[in-house]
Amino acid sequence: MAAVLARDIIKKFGEVPAVNGITLSVPDGEFMVLLGPSGCGKTTFLRIICGLEQQTSGDLVIGGNLVNDIPPRARGVAMMFQSYGLYPHYSVRKNIGFPLRTQGLPGSQIEKKVEWASQLLGIGHLLDRRPRQLSGGERQRVALARALVREPTALLLDEPLSNLDAKLRASARQEIKHFQQRVGVTTIYVTHDQVEAMGMGDRIAVIDHGRIRQLGTPTEIYDDPADLFVATFVGAPPMNLIRHNGGYLGFRPENFLPREMVANGGYTEFSFRVDRSEYLGSERIVYGEIEGAETTQAITAKLPPAHVADESIRPGEWHPYAVRNSALRYFDKDGKRTSRH
Amino acid sequence: MVSIAEPVAKPASRYRFLMDRREVLGSFLVAPAVLYVLLLVGVPFLLAVYYSVSAYTIYDPSWRFVGLANFAQILRNPVFLQTLGNTFLFTFGSQALGLVLGKFGAFLLLRPFPGRKIVRALIVLPWVVPIALATVAWQWMFDSLYSVINWTMIALGVLTREDAPNWLGTPHLAMLCIIVVNAWRFFPFAIVIFLAGITSVPQDVIDAATVDGAGFWRRNYQIIMPMIFPIVAIGLIFGIVFTFTDLSIVLLLTNGGPVGSTSVLGFEGFQVGIVSGDVSHGAAISLFMLPVLFIVVIGMLRFIRRRDI
Repeated sequence: MAAVLARDIIKKFGEVPAVNGITLSVPDGEFMVLLGPSGCGKTTFLRIICGLEQQTSGDLVIGGNLVNDIPPRARGVAMMFQSYGLYPHYSVRKNIGFPLRTQGLPGSQIEKKVEWASQLLGIGHLLDRRPRQLSGGERQRVALARALVREPTALLLDEPLSNLDAKLRASARQEIKHFQQRVGVTTIYVTHDQVEAMGMGDRIAVIDHGRIRQLGTPTEIYDDPADLFVATFVGAPPMNLIRHNGGYLGFRPENFLPREMVANGGYTEFSFRVDRSEYLGSERIVYGEIEGAETTQAITAKLPPAHVADESIRPGEWHPYAVRNSALRYFDKDGKRTSRH
Repeated sequence: MVSIAEPVAKPASRYRFLMDRREVLGSFLVAPAVLYVLLLVGVPFLLAVYYSVSAYTIYDPSWRFVGLANFAQILRNPVFLQTLGNTFLFTFGSQALGLVLGKFGAFLLLRPFPGRKIVRALIVLPWVVPIALATVAWQWMFDSLYSVINWTMIALGVLTREDAPNWLGTPHLAMLCIIVVNAWRFFPFAIVIFLAGITSVPQDVIDAATVDGAGFWRRNYQIIMPMIFPIVAIGLIFGIVFTFTDLSIVLLLTNGGPVGSTSVLGFEGFQVGIVSGDVSHGAAISLFMLPVLFIVVIGMLRFIRRRDI
């Protein structure tokens, strides 16, 4: 187990920078999530950490050692790939044992460690099967066991849940987080799915165009986005934004409520015309526009259905809606967060 | 109101949609292939089987049945036994050499470099050049007087003219020559097979092996080679079958000599059965290839199935 430190990492493919100066410090045992849209450079950054790509410039320190020129096999990190990369010609047992065989461990010790890793992930009964005889969820566990078996300095996960169906994904999320806490391994997890990021990360680094836009806990990222990119990338539906004094005023859909539902105290009132609404069971998403406001997207409100009177969401009419002042966020004309205008 | 004319009821022919029926269309499309196999492979094969158990020669075209006497005779003939040994040496020697060259070539061609497409196109030349033409070129290279190889080595001072080897006139060297020429012909095919195999291995698997601590050799021999083995084995089966039954290189380059040291089954069968007119013994020699190839192919296919991934 070790801390991972990246200092001003730049990676160019030809002239195009895929990673454009990332500095990131992941303390020992932390679960760090790299969140960003596809093509933002997060996977390239992960491949640089494990040594599959060589950075154009910048330093990488794992466990106190500068590893810039150290080949992947000597870095001691483990990586789990999006399609798992299991060896199809090996049984599960040999798959899990492979990283140990490359280290030249004696057979009895390999056997013992494979046993340990397969118990940890509950795949003891699958050891003699081939990868093609396994379901998606089982393959994912085998890949995880193979990554864990040699007790890596750091565990790198590249969108490990994207090949699972929605239901399995929820339980796998739970499992990965659970055993990461148990094993205590430093983990760097790449995803474009904000639910995974929010649900699993101790901290999240939001990445766009090869740069970190914001680094913080899930609460900080969600409640106090550093700029418009983070504000609109995290959250579904995204933060509402309206033009305001040359900058932007933003508020989350769940804070935009019919006025009578906003508790007394400081609030800002808007006149909201409802266009349509979607009933999603646990919540109701209402789309519409705010009187006199300049926006690029429809304004959305996320309401708890049980407490909303029908008349305050009637389409085609103007309704009084409000946001608590403490839930208002301000951004300057470049999209950077400011305290107030 | 518009009235629509009643369509004239025309009794549809019951054969009108005949070709839409799977079993009819299927048989129709498969028929040429079946006819081809039956007439051009099946009939000559049965004919050869009959010849091999008869006393048929072109001087005495009798159909007299002699049982397995022909086989018993050729098995007692030391020339035939030597031919059989030569055939195995020729086949497996040239395949092994071809595979090694093919693997090297495939690895060289995997990496991008300027002009790679041209090199890829050129490298299949040995395979597509007519064998007669290519063999003539090789004959000059191995010629006892004008050998390019000897000339080069003499010019480099490695050899003197007195002890320059007579490539095609020395039994072991002649065998080496036909192996080299056949390997040269086979290796572009091996390159194609290896390239197809290696590019079909998912990058994630190779990356996973790299991160798991495997270096170049381990990735190659524990991950890539076992994964592409089924593809390579299919290529190898083709190579073995074609080489085992081939006579063109031997016929053109050495004519089986010197003193039968490069004679192979196909060549021997052709010599005995067609050139000498002893059809029944020629057929017996040729048919000898059948059980051998059968065992090789079945064995390899079973091996592949066991390794199925």
